[in-house]
Amino acid sequence: MLQYIFRRILEMIPILFIVSILIFYFIHLIPGDPARLVAGQDATLEEVNRIRENLGLNDPIWQQYLSYMQGIIQGDLGVSLKTGLPVTEMFANRFMNSIYLTFASIIWALIFGILIGTISAVFKNKMPDYLGMVTAVSGISVPNFWLGLILIQIFSVQLGWLPTGGAEDWKSYVLPAVSLGAGIMAMIARFTRSSLLETLGADFIRTGRAKGLKEFILISKHALRNSMIPVVTITGLQFGFLLGGSVVVETVFSFPGMGRLLIDSIAFRDYPVIQAELLLFSVEFILVNLLVDILYSYLNPKIRTSTA
Amino acid sequence: MKNTILQVERLQTEFTNDKKKVKVLHGVNFHIKKGEVLGLVGESGCGKSLTSLSIMRLFKGTTARISDGEILFQKNKEEEIDLTNIPEEEMRMLRGKQIAMIFQEPMTSLNPVMKIGEQLTEPICLHLGYGKKKARTHAINMLENVGIPRADEVINEYPHQLSGGMRQRVMIAMAMSCNPQLLIADEPTTALDVTIQAQILDLMRQLQQDQNMSMLLITHDLGVVAEMCDRVVVMYAGKVIEEASVLDLFESPKHPYTKGLIASVPKIGNLKEKLSSIKGRVPTPENMPEGCKFAPRCEEAMPICFQKEPATKAFKGNRHCSCWLYDDEMRDVSV
Ligand SMILES: Nc1ncnc2c1ncn2[C@@H]1O[C@H](COP(=O)(O)OP(=O)(O)OP(=O)(O)O)[C@@H](O)[C@H]1O
Ligand SMILES: [Mg+2]
Repeated sequence: MLQYIFRRILEMIPILFIVSILIFYFIHLIPGDPARLVAGQDATLEEVNRIRENLGLNDPIWQQYLSYMQGIIQGDLGVSLKTGLPVTEMFANRFMNSIYLTFASIIWALIFGILIGTISAVFKNKMPDYLGMVTAVSGISVPNFWLGLILIQIFSVQLGWLPTGGAEDWKSYVLPAVSLGAGIMAMIARFTRSSLLETLGADFIRTGRAKGLKEFILISKHALRNSMIPVVTITGLQFGFLLGGSVVVETVFSFPGMGRLLIDSIAFRDYPVIQAELLLFSVEFILVNLLVDILYSYLNPKIRTSTA
Repeated sequence: MKNTILQVERLQTEFTNDKKKVKVLHGVNFHIKKGEVLGLVGESGCGKSLTSLSIMRLFKGTTARISDGEILFQKNKEEEIDLTNIPEEEMRMLRGKQIAMIFQEPMTSLNPVMKIGEQLTEPICLHLGYGKKKARTHAINMLENVGIPRADEVINEYPHQLSGGMRQRVMIAMAMSCNPQLLIADEPTTALDVTIQAQILDLMRQLQQDQNMSMLLITHDLGVVAEMCDRVVVMYAGKVIEEASVLDLFESPKHPYTKGLIASVPKIGNLKEKLSSIKGRVPTPENMPEGCKFAPRCEEAMPICFQKEPATKAFKGNRHCSCWLYDDEMRDVSV
């Protein structure tokens, strides 16, 4: 197993290499002159040229790329054009905030998604099933910024229970995590339901009943674990949407995270920040998919025993 | 104290499809004696599996329901209970403990994501109240009893690592682990190849004799019946049409359907002879014929057969048959 994980991490290197080239290339396609941005509107042409020379923008693009990659290997993500601070420094707190937020939303999505999906499957075509699936459909169709605004209106403005934004303590994470995870929660609920229904019709469930097992044990121990295989897969795939959604949700909640920083940086054309951030998102996405594969083989012994 | 472990009386089971009731079992009668192997035979779709599921009340997830009849089970020396009307919780505690079951599909009847040991110890912990460690020892013993080599390793393996025959042995070990009084085996060897089939049948017969356990063996293979059973019940379209000891049945089948079944078994020695088969098909539950359900396919059918169902008549040697041929008055009338 460890060997497998190690191999998978090695495989990430060429993927990231290609991704970094693409990101670098596309960023350079964006119209606009970074040197002009740094210098300001009133700067003279000479000043702008000098800045361009200093930033290395006159070098051929492959050379720029190489020196950029050299920096990354040494842990240097460049310097923000807007603030003049090293990008790593700008990321420090925001990165952890965003990681917490992402995890909080995934976890609530998993817990409630699996719970709702299970209840729906067990009470198939009865009231709890309809309620659960209505919740799921609304979760998928309501855009997360809209959900965020409604939640702020209810829980912050009217009830005053939770803050409208920031990232001070756990309370400020509740509403953003709920808005961010709602779509995935709904998706997980639906997949859990259909997958569990299929599993409940399997022969080994009948074997379990013939052994005299309680229905609860049968569902929680025998059926759910089998049903989680497709659920884990889609959760991994949905993670990309989560990263995208975080940009919107963090803006709605003025959350000091990577998503909002990305929006701000794009508005300012802060290329080094955008570039570093996209790269980081890619790493996250690839890591999550690795995690999914590991979980997958844990859930499915057939895969585990053949890769071991 | 009675000598009968299970008595099925007038059992009727039906499905409800789109609010419409479809009756599949039309009053099934038979009994199983203590320590006896009873064969239940009949063509595909005649309701053999449904009969066994009715005994176990394994209806969850289907629309099946017992609509009439009783299933009397001798729970212990003093107590006889009717399985059709005990509470679900009591029924659940009987399953796997006093009545165990083996299914046809060894490949899919075990949970693919749980180790053999985990699945095997479940009923042991549940019904015998053993702790983890003791249950494990017991499970390894059971695996050895059913002839699984390196039982202490197999217990840590997953079903997909075992062959079909091995899996069926595991199923047998699981069914036998709580020492049931009655074992129901629904075509336990149909999915296995012939040599494995013989081994599994030998094993079951041997375990059954060691424990003096009663067994209901469902099959459509008369060869299996001849080898394994003491008595046979023949079903046709949701009814028992003949019941006899194995010897009697093969020697002098009474019902034309039974005769047809026996004639369609290939025999060594006359391979050149064309195999006879029963013409026509089993009627579906939705369009059951009037009168005797076998009449449209019967070579000996008489006018009365198409009008009225024959009653079950008792014969010498404790055998039963439902056919107008043996109703002397009717025979006289029709001749
Ligand atoms: N959901 C259902 N609704 C209506 N009829 C059903 C349903 N499920 C099964 N049946 C009918 O029940 C009858 C008995 O099925 P059963 O599985 O008991 O047959 P069997 O004798 O075990 O056959 P086989 O040898 O193929 O296993 C069949 O004729 C089938 O059409
Ligand atoms: Mg069957």
